[in-house]
Amino acid sequence: MHLLNLDPDVKVLLPDGSTRTLTTFLLPSALLMLASLMLMISMFVPYWGMTMYAPQYPKGLTVNVYVSHLEGDVREIDALNHYIGMPPLDEGGRLERSISTISIVAFALLLIAGVFVHNQWAGILALPVIGYPVIFLADLFYILYTYGHSIDPKSALGSAIKPFTPPLFGEGVIGQFKTIAYAGSGLYLAVGAVLIVMLGLWFHRAAYKPIVDARKKMKAQSA
Amino acid sequence: MKLKIVSIIVVLTTLLAACGGPSTSAPVASGLPVDAAAIAKDRGLTPDDVAAALKTYMPSGKTDPYIMFASGGQSGQVLVIAMPSMRILKVIGVFTPEPWQGYGFGGSGNKVLEGGKVNGKEVLWGDTHHPNLSETKGDYDGEFLFINDKANARVAVIDLRDFSTKQIIKNPNAINDHGGAFVTPNTEYVIEGPQYAAPIGWEYAPLDQYKEKYRGLITFWKFDRLKGRIDPDQSFQIELPPYWQDLCDAGKGPSDGWFFCNSFNTELATGGIELGNPPFEAGTTKNDTDYLHIFNWKKAEEIFKAGKGKKINGMAVIDLETAIKENILYFAPEPKSPHGSDVTPGGEFIVVGGKLDPHVTIYSFEKIQAAIKAGNLNKDAYGVPVIPLDKVMEAQVELGLGPLHTVFDDKGYAYTSLFLDSAVARWSLGGPYEKKHPEPGWKLVQKLPVQYNIGHITAAEGDTASPDGQFVVALNKWSIDRFANVGPLLPQNFQLVDINNTGDKMKVLYDMPIGMAEPHYAQIIKADKLKPFEVYPKVGWDAEKMAVDPNAVTDPKLAGVKRDGKNVTVNMVVVRSHFTPERVEVQKGDHVVWRLTSIEQQRDATHGFALSGYNINLSIEPGKTEVIEFDANQAGTFTYYCTEFCSALHLEMIGYFLVKP
Repeated sequence: MHLLNLDPDVKVLLPDGSTRTLTTFLLPSALLMLASLMLMISMFVPYWGMTMYAPQYPKGLTVNVYVSHLEGDVREIDALNHYIGMPPLDEGGRLERSISTISIVAFALLLIAGVFVHNQWAGILALPVIGYPVIFLADLFYILYTYGHSIDPKSALGSAIKPFTPPLFGEGVIGQFKTIAYAGSGLYLAVGAVLIVMLGLWFHRAAYKPIVDARKKMKAQSA
Repeated sequence: MKLKIVSIIVVLTTLLAACGGPSTSAPVASGLPVDAAAIAKDRGLTPDDVAAALKTYMPSGKTDPYIMFASGGQSGQVLVIAMPSMRILKVIGVFTPEPWQGYGFGGSGNKVLEGGKVNGKEVLWGDTHHPNLSETKGDYDGEFLFINDKANARVAVIDLRDFSTKQIIKNPNAINDHGGAFVTPNTEYVIEGPQYAAPIGWEYAPLDQYKEKYRGLITFWKFDRLKGRIDPDQSFQIELPPYWQDLCDAGKGPSDGWFFCNSFNTELATGGIELGNPPFEAGTTKNDTDYLHIFNWKKAEEIFKAGKGKKINGMAVIDLETAIKENILYFAPEPKSPHGSDVTPGGEFIVVGGKLDPHVTIYSFEKIQAAIKAGNLNKDAYGVPVIPLDKVMEAQVELGLGPLHTVFDDKGYAYTSLFLDSAVARWSLGGPYEKKHPEPGWKLVQKLPVQYNIGHITAAEGDTASPDGQFVVALNKWSIDRFANVGPLLPQNFQLVDINNTGDKMKVLYDMPIGMAEPHYAQIIKADKLKPFEVYPKVGWDAEKMAVDPNAVTDPKLAGVKRDGKNVTVNMVVVRSHFTPERVEVQKGDHVVWRLTSIEQQRDATHGFALSGYNINLSIEPGKTEVIEFDANQAGTFTYYCTEFCSALHLEMIGYFLVKP
């Protein structure tokens, strides 16, 4: 912490006359801003992916899920899925994808706002970010479940495959395909942002609670 | 003996592993040589056989370093062959309809074949002779391939993005050709040299007017690389004496801007064995020399652009008088029944073989220029200046009987096919090439017997400015006893020759039967220079125009049948394993425009489309749009179905076409 002590000759004077280093206040702001940045970056990389291997697909078929769109062999996976009457991949999570960009920007802005809110409300502002990865995964699970359970019995091979839920992470088997699902760098960034937000809030509390307490104390004294 | 085989295999396998052989598996296991030796012994293979096998075998999943494009001769096609494994990768339909590619059975290939009509008449075969890859600075660039049809004087353009024929162009003033389709060093022109003289403009004239009315005619087709098409409006021809011009090559480096063709029949023989005249075979071989034709094509281009060509059948022709006056054309004698005219990699020399002369004659471009400059040249019967042989000859090398064609390697050797000797002659080039090989220049180094009657010869990039060496292929006309008997019509024999070692160490590695064509020339390109599409770049691709078809319907929801009076439009979407729509009903007499689009994007997910009874079969590769147009003049119940096994439910990929009476 000594190394991080910026401008050691500058002290912050609290209402009760005690002092703190400048770093005490810069650190939580920096952490919250960093988390906000990570969240913004995460929009440009995939959150989740699945690769399907079969003998006639030596390179596998991959779908990469971004918060706003899908990439990869979507057309080919759809072409195969139609045999069991699955809806096109693009139909899952349409609402979520349409609002994802604006929501994430809003979440990130709330974090930045937390930098300027010097009391416990900063924690409330950070709540959407903290909950976000879990909500993402829960929604993804719901979408995957819906896919696997929307097999059309009237389709060519619909009667040959029982409803299933593709794995959220790890390996699974569907027909001749071995599937491997994995988190993408976007999800890692989002989870990392959560951890950094928690750390940031801890330092935020360490920095601003004394001020809040000192104010209370002064108020009590003057009363 | 056994020990020797084992040791050779050990050395070879170690070498192979060292040269970047299989990297995923462990180096060839110690157990293998013993097994391999047992197999070799069992099959009676010599150490040379084993070495040849190791040099040509391509394990599953590995691809070859070279691709050969061979003409198909009378099959009218082009063969694509991977080397050194000598596996056929593809047969490209060019002048001949080819049902596997759906070429000429209703789709866009019909439009291409249409361009090859001769006087409005469909001619659905060709005698493909000399494939030539497009070049940049004298090296293959892997973008286009050109080939001529000797029988009808046509030239075709093949786009190597999808390995399919895009254009066939009929020479308006000639009925046959031979010296094509050779390109200039930057593919400015695709050159179609003539063969049998005929009246210009392809008219009637009796043979007793041969000398006056009959002419040779060389065509410089302008190639528009951006459009990927020959542009006849920017092309021109030069009138020549009625000698039979034969094989040609463009100058490069110092000789860029010049073009060379050998010729025969300076005797002006007109045949007539039945009248007691000498037959052509005797009449055309009487003279001791014929003429090497030397063209200044850059000068000819200037004259054409200055508007000095006469339009004949819409094509600008520079007449012989103008060609002589403007210093476009010169001759130099070439010995007895010459064949081939091949420019050395650096562009310094032109090599000409003589079918009935045991030598190859090497002409120096520098000396040609000096002689032209010195002037004071005699003229032939048609007024063309003739440069004496001793003024332009650099060397003559005695090789053996029937030298025809010459190709080159990276070690300063030349390789000439010897038809009568059934051999490949390796000989050393002199001049600037002398230091590249251990032998003195202009000497025969080795004669390798080949089986049998070699015609053309080709080497890896062996006619470019920078040959690769490594391999030569002997394109043998006869195979006699090389393969199992398949009746009186025998396959041709492509023999792969290892030319890696200097000196007299050439070896035959492999015999490849060609059982669907009689190839003439072939060219070999480094495989990594080719950059073809894996699938068409956009869904709705018109492969003939190489652009998206604006009318392509790519959404199954928009597919269907529309009627406008007697005109019916079918917009069909094709994807595994169904056509949309699956029912098409029309009235007898309706005119049907049927547009099919594959919305597949998966590599190799190709569909076919056959319409029974209507002579229609298409190949619809991923992303491709094809349009067929016909009159439903047969009433009845027809089926259409996928002809390319596409999926587990391929047989179910069908539809009914109902024509109400």
